[in-house]
Amino acid sequence: MTSVTTTPPVAESRQKRRVLRRGPWEMAASVTIGLGVAMLMQPFFLWAFSWSFVVTLAGTVMFIIVSHFPE
Amino acid sequence: MSESAIDRVAAATPAGIARRVRGLSDRAIAWLFVAPAIFLLLAVNIFPLIWTIRLSFTNYAANRPNRAVEWVGLRNYQRILTDADTWANMQTTAHFLVWTLFFQVLIGFTLAWLINRKFRGNDLVTTLIVMPMMLSPAVVGNFWTFLYQPQIGLINYAVEFVTGIPASSFSMLGPGGWARWAIVIVDTWMWTPFVMLICLAGLRSIPDYIYEAAEIDRASKWRQFWTITIPMVLPFLMLAVLFRGIENFKMFDLVVLLTGGGPGDETLLASIDLKREAFEKWRTGHSSAYAIILFVTVFGLASIYVKALNKVKER
Repeated sequence: MTSVTTTPPVAESRQKRRVLRRGPWEMAASVTIGLGVAMLMQPFFLWAFSWSFVVTLAGTVMFIIVSHFPE
Repeated sequence: MSESAIDRVAAATPAGIARRVRGLSDRAIAWLFVAPAIFLLLAVNIFPLIWTIRLSFTNYAANRPNRAVEWVGLRNYQRILTDADTWANMQTTAHFLVWTLFFQVLIGFTLAWLINRKFRGNDLVTTLIVMPMMLSPAVVGNFWTFLYQPQIGLINYAVEFVTGIPASSFSMLGPGGWARWAIVIVDTWMWTPFVMLICLAGLRSIPDYIYEAAEIDRASKWRQFWTITIPMVLPFLMLAVLFRGIENFKMFDLVVLLTGGGPGDETLLASIDLKREAFEKWRTGHSSAYAIILFVTVFGLASIYVKALNKVKER
């Protein structure tokens, strides 16, 4: 006899909720924005300056999205 | 019995309008009240922003409105983000930003810590310290231009008095590498009181019983400072740093009045460079892309600022 084990839907949604928590994601977005700003203003690498806008934009968009996640 | 104001207004409302409003739901009436503000916001903020984003993908020049506008895609962004001069201006902005924040936090926190102790004339001293913050940047700019004058300025005479270097032999705002520091000094003078006030709010929010408990545990003053004062003031300090960081990233007026971006490009901050691109070189498309880059940076920093603000509110 074969037994099929599946994750119950309630547990699955709980797990998803645990992953999509606002706190750590907001922190990650803030770090990305900070990194972008640092890349924009650093005096060492021109390539970092060139990519700074993309990094800051990605962080900002991420921040807007994750700020709607549950606590 | 006298009529209430609501009754009087209701009686004065024309019958047609009253009938129409009576038929509306609460939600609809709420929207009716909010609509003018939303319309104004859309017209004054959102529409120009969308228009600027659109212009940033074109070669539009505002001084040649009849010229055919070409869609250039991401070329404006590419040019700005690979331009060595723009990079140098960003570094100038970074120099201004980092040093003003460093001095303002250091001096602001020290002043707040000193003022937090109870002494005679505390209120008078606080008022005197916060005065520079209340002045207009135009006044401060002109005032410090006189102070920095090589012939009649007090700063040069003070330097001569301390070091013996002749007052008229150097200019703080002229060539010689001092201009970058001159603008840092003026901004620090003007905005340190702001940081001090925020730190003072943080220090006053720490309950006395925490220090009393630490005293009972025989914690030294030094340990109390590092394990109670600093951690509890940190969210406020973070708020001050972010607020001043955003403001100094956009700094324009004070530096234009003091140096105008010079000598050469020594104090050419990003915002001054942007103004030159837009209204002196008339590269509207290019400057729109430049403005969007600065906007995204400020918006990103402002998001962190709001987060920090919420953290402070939770306390």
